[in-house]
Amino acid sequence: MPPVVQLEDIHKIYDSGEVPVHAVRGVTLQLHRGEFMAVMGASGSGKSTLMNTLGCLDRPTRGRYLLDGVDVSGLDRNELADLRNAKLGFVFQGFNLLARTTARENVELPMLYGQRRHSSSQMHERAMRSLDIVGLSDRADHFPSQLSGGQQQRVAIARALVNEPQVLLADEPTGNLDSKTSVEVMGVFQKLNAQGITIVMVTHELDIARYCRRNLIMRDGRVVSDIPVPDRLVAEVEMTRLREAESAAKLTD
Amino acid sequence: MHLGSTLTVSFRALRRNPMRSLLTALGIIIGVGAVIAMVSIGNGAKSMVEAQIASLGENVLLVFSGSFNQGGARSGAFGAGTLTVDDAEAIRREDSTQLFPDGSPVGQTLRIRSQPFKVVGVLSAKGLSVQGADQDDLVIVPYSSAMKRVTKQTMLRSISVQATSAETLDLAQNDIIGLLRQRHRTTEQTDDFTVRSQVEIAQAATATSNTMTLLLGAIAGVSLIVGGIGIMNIMLVSVTERTREIGIRLAVGAHGREIQLQFLTESIVLSAFGGTLGILVGIATSELLSALNNWPTLVSTTAVVVAFFFSAAVGMVFGYYPARKASLLDPIDALRYE
Repeated sequence: MPPVVQLEDIHKIYDSGEVPVHAVRGVTLQLHRGEFMAVMGASGSGKSTLMNTLGCLDRPTRGRYLLDGVDVSGLDRNELADLRNAKLGFVFQGFNLLARTTARENVELPMLYGQRRHSSSQMHERAMRSLDIVGLSDRADHFPSQLSGGQQQRVAIARALVNEPQVLLADEPTGNLDSKTSVEVMGVFQKLNAQGITIVMVTHELDIARYCRRNLIMRDGRVVSDIPVPDRLVAEVEMTRLREAESAAKLTD
Repeated sequence: MHLGSTLTVSFRALRRNPMRSLLTALGIIIGVGAVIAMVSIGNGAKSMVEAQIASLGENVLLVFSGSFNQGGARSGAFGAGTLTVDDAEAIRREDSTQLFPDGSPVGQTLRIRSQPFKVVGVLSAKGLSVQGADQDDLVIVPYSSAMKRVTKQTMLRSISVQATSAETLDLAQNDIIGLLRQRHRTTEQTDDFTVRSQVEIAQAATATSNTMTLLLGAIAGVSLIVGGIGIMNIMLVSVTERTREIGIRLAVGAHGREIQLQFLTESIVLSAFGGTLGILVGIATSELLSALNNWPTLVSTTAVVVAFFFSAAVGMVFGYYPARKASLLDPIDALRYE
């Protein structure tokens, strides 16, 4: 099976300031269906730029990007938008939910755009199914302000899934969450990956990267390491460990 | 995005901040309200003038002594014309009730300056004239009797002439002017009389009211522009506030056009809503003024429709720039916006 993501000698040069910034300097990699890849690196390593390229939000200066077999370099702004709508799902560090809209309406957002048109009952049904996957169908009519950070991120994940994308792109998804909620959310990602969803996640925390299967490390715009994750963590196991530690702490109080 | 969802999203955005939406629409409300009120009052006045003409007769010419050529002052008397005047006597209804409180005045005797006159009829009521004079405060007697017994004048101040029809009016007017010039041995520059038709008098009044309406309409137009600038300002603020939201919409697949349409719809909804409120306020104001001052007002359907579309157009024109700005945002920058 062809890889779902294929990057061939990708370069990105920002030329707006006085000095051109060569953010990505020749990255070649492949991502197959069902992979769970973490992208790590210091700030300035080019990982955010790589993610923007993968997400079709930015065009590479040089090189080829094939998403699900489609070369994105020939596409205009609107075609890229349609591609994002159909093939990609985004999860951000700051959740980026619409404030005065319910969870369900937030999840429905991607269905308002794109080539496929749905009736409002179809949208309702698909949104509820998505919320079900992340375990939040009972909070469908809550507003983000009525949800905890972890719940908001799960709504964001449901939104990213609603159009059944090829790849889920997550940018520091646990950055705004406490350690326990982070494990919860990583548990959701692992569950989704187990069902076959391809995930690429940017993170600067090694602990979080250990929940993924593949670890890509970038420095100065290049890939310096691309290995399977050793000592992989399993979210359920870690959750149990945390709960035991918590109750132990209370007992000794 | 469907038009339906676009409208829903726009309504929701405006409802989020009702006070802000109302204040922004205020310029439009005042502008449209003013236009509707003034047009209604103007129309009412115009219709009253038309009724005047109809009631007095489009075929009536007024010949009065003095010419406006002689330094604007009305001077000079002239002899009676060769026109025939009906020998009727009548008494107006209201005068009759004042002068003859019990019963019909017909057949009774009325003293004017201690001269006895026999009442032969009562005029039907006519109400106020365009200039505001009470047309019913009137007693009509044969001019010869009036001149001999009441005013003791030998000259006439004015002669009212009725042409046979509206078509012959111009001809009659020219004939009278020619005849009087001949009799008084005057030329156009030295005429000591003036001939006016009711239509001309009414036209002068209409022209004045038209100028007023135009002037006030211009002021209302300026207020609509100011209202539009207010809308543009608020939409710019709104776009900046919702930069992140725009970023998300773009990221999940919105086309620039769809973002533009969303914000454009918001500004059109805002201005159309202001226009509707303005129309209601304008109608209410004209009704109120009409009731208080006893002025006639006529709400014109054309004016209402035009005002509504004009206010929607203001929203479209002044909302375009902010909407375009929103559509051109780069999703990466927008998502990073604080």
